[in-house]
Amino acid sequence: MSKSPGIGLIVRRSLRHHALSTTITAVSVALATGLVMSVFAIDRQTRDAFTGGPVGFDAVLGARGSQLQLVLNTVFQLETSPGNIPWSVYTAISHNPSVSLAIPFAVGDNYHGFRIVGTTTQMFTDFEYTKGHKLTPEAGGRIFNDTAKEGVIGAMVARQTGLRVGDTFHPYHGVIYDTAQMHKEQFTVVGVLKQTNSPSDRVVWIPIDADFRIAGHVLRGSGTIYRPQPGVEIPDANKEVSAVMLKFRTAKTGFMLDQQINKQGKDLTLAWPIARVMADLFNKIGWVSRVLQLVAYLVVVVAAGSILASIYNTMNERRREFAILRALGARRWTVSSAIVLEAAAITLMGIVGGFVVYGAILAVVTEVIRVETGVVLNAFQISPPMIIAPIGMLLIGALAGLAPAFKAYGTDVASNLSPTS
Amino acid sequence: MTDSPAGRIGQHVLEVQHLKKSYLSPEGERTDILDIPGFTVGYEEQVAMRGPSGSGKTTLLNIIAGILQPDSGTVSIAGTNTTNLPEAARDRHRARHLGYVFQTFNLLHGYSALENVLLGMMFGQGSDAQVAQSLLERVGLGNRLKHRPSQLSVGQQQRVAVARALANRPQLVLADEPTGNLDRRHGHDALMLIRDVCRDQGAALLLVSHDPEVLGAFERVEDLSVLNHAADVAPAPSVTASR
Repeated sequence: MSKSPGIGLIVRRSLRHHALSTTITAVSVALATGLVMSVFAIDRQTRDAFTGGPVGFDAVLGARGSQLQLVLNTVFQLETSPGNIPWSVYTAISHNPSVSLAIPFAVGDNYHGFRIVGTTTQMFTDFEYTKGHKLTPEAGGRIFNDTAKEGVIGAMVARQTGLRVGDTFHPYHGVIYDTAQMHKEQFTVVGVLKQTNSPSDRVVWIPIDADFRIAGHVLRGSGTIYRPQPGVEIPDANKEVSAVMLKFRTAKTGFMLDQQINKQGKDLTLAWPIARVMADLFNKIGWVSRVLQLVAYLVVVVAAGSILASIYNTMNERRREFAILRALGARRWTVSSAIVLEAAAITLMGIVGGFVVYGAILAVVTEVIRVETGVVLNAFQISPPMIIAPIGMLLIGALAGLAPAFKAYGTDVASNLSPTS
Repeated sequence: MTDSPAGRIGQHVLEVQHLKKSYLSPEGERTDILDIPGFTVGYEEQVAMRGPSGSGKTTLLNIIAGILQPDSGTVSIAGTNTTNLPEAARDRHRARHLGYVFQTFNLLHGYSALENVLLGMMFGQGSDAQVAQSLLERVGLGNRLKHRPSQLSVGQQQRVAVARALANRPQLVLADEPTGNLDRRHGHDALMLIRDVCRDQGAALLLVSHDPEVLGAFERVEDLSVLNHAADVAPAPSVTASR
């Protein structure tokens, strides 16, 4: 005996017969599934990326103010600097035996919107953005000379500005690109860094001494204004930095410095641990996420309603079909289960489309986040929302088929097998 | 019961006893539609039943098929009292033991001729494409297997309906005005086909019609207005053909 066509044939024929409504409903399910997966996956991945991504530092030391502002400004190149701190703070903390790495950051200029950070060569020789990985120039490049007007640019800077090794550029004052704010100093690109998928990809690194000497920059490290002169060494007392990036030998150091600087001190702020500071941000803006989730759930409800409506609307025209099937010996549950299966099949098609929608949304969002922050989300990483959302949608879709299935269950055979004689 | 032809002699594939059925009208009045003290059809027997429109012919066939339940009385098909069976069992019994040819054929329009026959089988013995195809070839539609009902003539649609009714090798085929929608020539052809195929398959046939020409083709013709003692049914026509 050959294989029975079974309920599958009834389902397939109905889907084909109602191809337009099937397609529209499947598209709405695809949008709902894709949206739900995207909202949850983006929330999860951005949280993971910003709180546990390749930051490489344990803490940021800066002027008294907001820890979040300090982290956003120095780690993610967002926001503005809360103010500067004297060079002496940097030298003091760098000599603390519990601190394994202290790197000064001077920020305040940009090149075509990309932050210019004045720092030391330690950024390339000692700093690891993830364990075992340093900021390394591509072949043909090198790190800058501490005393030269040279720059090393991140991979995204190179990609988006077209700057290559040997090219020159002028810094622009401020963190927002304004052609009227161009500094006259000219720097030469000596290295393009390998891609790190971290915020460092969006940075133009220059020697901190060269940063101090850019015309228009004044130093107030001693409390009075000091204007660097060409060929004259800048006294340490006059220097100032935006922040000092820190790496501790043990977590205990963080507790200790947190106590000294944040709780007992009044001039400085230690943003520590960076992951906690960012987690606080996500907790504060968690309501946005919850609103998005609510919208996604509502879209799911609408999709479930469209499944119900699309099948329910065919019930009248299909009463005769059900009656015929029943007259042929189909049991009530057979007919009604065909309806539930039909709803599930539409949902399944939608779920397949949902992965396409998810891929498209994630591709766009990932690119936007990458361009804006340098943080790269792993769009195609399998995450729980990618499993739970489709399964949940399938169940909801099948449930949406219950009402029309119930109607099919109650189809009166005799009255729908007209005419009578 | 015995299924061998020799063992069936003198037995009935269909036995109707003390069958009563009434309807409640929208006004709340109960209308007696059927009251049949007794009626039988033998194995492989072909019986025609006449009766005017509204005389309860379809209701009787639906009760025999187990689609409707009587108020009282019994219907036994192939030795099984189907009126005592729960609905699911009646459905199963109907699929395995009965074939039904409707006046309007009741083919499923989204399906091909072959699929219509296969669907007729799937709730009974199980679908078998070879059997379905040979049945369609038997009714002269071997070259129309993939055609949808809308792509077939009315006569061809009726032939598909006949093939479907016979697909599960039923012991009893019910035919409700099977020629009612056909012209005279096609009606005659369809009638001959139904009778021949039932004979080939060893199935009994109970055919209801009010067409004298159809009724005249049968050796045994029952008059429902005589069988049915219900008071509220339409009166019998004044002229009928019977033998």
